[in-house]
Amino acid sequence: MSVDKTTVAKIARLARINVPDDRLEPLAAELNGILNWIAELEEVNTDNVEPLASVTGHALPMRDDVVTDGNRPDDVLSNVPEGASGFFVVPKVVE
Amino acid sequence: MNGLLELNAVAARDALDKKAISAVELTTAYLGAAEATAGLNNYVALTADHALALAAESDKRIASGAAGLLEGLPIGVKDLFCTKGISSTACSNILRGFVPPYESTVTANLWAAGGIMLGKLNCDEFAMGSGNETSAFGPAINPWQGKDKVDLVPGGSSGGSASAVAARSALMATGTDTGGSIRQPAAFCGVVGLKPTYGRCSRWGIVAFASSLDQAGPFTRTVADNALMMTAMASHDAKDSTSTQAPLQDLIGAVGDGVKGMKIGVPKEYVIDGMDSEVVTLWEQGQAWLRDAGAELIDVSLPHTKYALPAYYIIAPAEASSNLARYDGVRYGMRVDAETLDGMYEATRAAGFGEEVQRRIMIGTYVLSAGYYDAYYLKAQKVRRLIKGDFDAAFQIVDALLTPATPSAAFPVGRKIDDPVTNFLNDVFTVPANLAGLPGIAVPGGVTSDGLPLGLQVLGRPFDEATLYRVAGVLEQAAGFTTTPARMAGGAA
Repeated sequence: MSVDKTTVAKIARLARINVPDDRLEPLAAELNGILNWIAELEEVNTDNVEPLASVTGHALPMRDDVVTDGNRPDDVLSNVPEGASGFFVVPKVVE
Repeated sequence: MNGLLELNAVAARDALDKKAISAVELTTAYLGAAEATAGLNNYVALTADHALALAAESDKRIASGAAGLLEGLPIGVKDLFCTKGISSTACSNILRGFVPPYESTVTANLWAAGGIMLGKLNCDEFAMGSGNETSAFGPAINPWQGKDKVDLVPGGSSGGSASAVAARSALMATGTDTGGSIRQPAAFCGVVGLKPTYGRCSRWGIVAFASSLDQAGPFTRTVADNALMMTAMASHDAKDSTSTQAPLQDLIGAVGDGVKGMKIGVPKEYVIDGMDSEVVTLWEQGQAWLRDAGAELIDVSLPHTKYALPAYYIIAPAEASSNLARYDGVRYGMRVDAETLDGMYEATRAAGFGEEVQRRIMIGTYVLSAGYYDAYYLKAQKVRRLIKGDFDAAFQIVDALLTPATPSAAFPVGRKIDDPVTNFLNDVFTVPANLAGLPGIAVPGGVTSDGLPLGLQVLGRPFDEATLYRVAGVLEQAAGFTTTPARMAGGAA
């Protein structure tokens, strides 16, 4: 499996990273270098092997459904790039 | 003042308790050392006033007989840890100026034990790298120099941490290890670095890279210092759902316990193409040291070792692409304005993330995308189970494994590499432990003919850090590693 310029543009779009056109070709080459190398995994027989997502060996703990923290709007907004009246401000999304 | 920098952490604790030195004197000496070695670029922020205020409080607690485990000891913090009221950037432009309104659990534990925060340490951007060269603050430099005096990398991603401890501009430092980011720089800089078992230290308040692999751990000059710092760092934390409730072993007491009767495995798959012959020699020497100390050395096989690196480079970027989705220019960090919301996201992330981070996000996005998820991500998770199975089988036979920490010594800063895969090979011996969630420690073992440090790695069963400290203690004593780097504070250069 390898990626071309169009696929790289699609990945960049999914990742919400603006990649200039002249970077698409070199990036495709870099990504293919990595993808060709990780394709080595195909030679491993994984029939009847369950995927391993967590090594903790314990089930995720449950906690009481209660409020333990909060009511800190100043903390939440203390690093905001643009805010107004206790809200985050973003470019207009609805016409 | 140089005498103060000579003291390791255990000795400094002793001198503080005996009132032979004060925490303010010790902290002042380290702040001076950090300024004297500023050329190494291992600090991205020095918090002198904060450190001196904490040191004055430490002296009061010592005077009143209420000293904590790390009372008065100056500690550097990898810039991946959020520190309340102090800039925390993950060495990325996208987080430049970010000041967390909260403290990470690990650093909170250190300060509760009386530790003194000196400042924030350089690292690879979002901990993605093996040479500290992807940092938005420029590369940290290794205080060790080869014959030709060119600048060498301290390793990565916790390069600033390893560099500072080796250069004696921090007595101890925190690091994080996702694929070797504590053990590899520890080996490159000739210091001791532990990656604890996954779940041993809380991940809360640490900037996330790959959440199923990330673990915080200590950098120190000696094995005993490491056990001391680790004892203070570890805790169960309800704020991290993967945090263990297993009680912490007596790590400090384990250091001198020796390895008599212990079974140590030597995995045959840890011999790879392109490995430095001096690394092999040190590995054999390490086996001899342990045999001489009464351990039984046993050849073992970890057949899926060669697949650990490619599996890691699917799993880690996949998790990273998800974790780094939060940097969107809305709630904190950099924003680049654009007409539309999507345009703002895309412009912000293009400007804020460096090249390596962008590459890994894109790889991660691709392997998780429709049509490729099974072929890449699910396949890698299956291989991950096989790798863990290899270790489980080996630990039926042996108590610990001895391997080299890295395939070579530190390499020059700016070494031109066209192929990103070559850089990944630095982590070939360290990545498997992250995939299996196992603890691993790197201990300096000797120097190359060029005078650069090389490290040995010990891997153990989950939550058995005590065995690692026993083995590491024997290796440290046998190696008698006393060589110091050229660009050390108070040193000749």
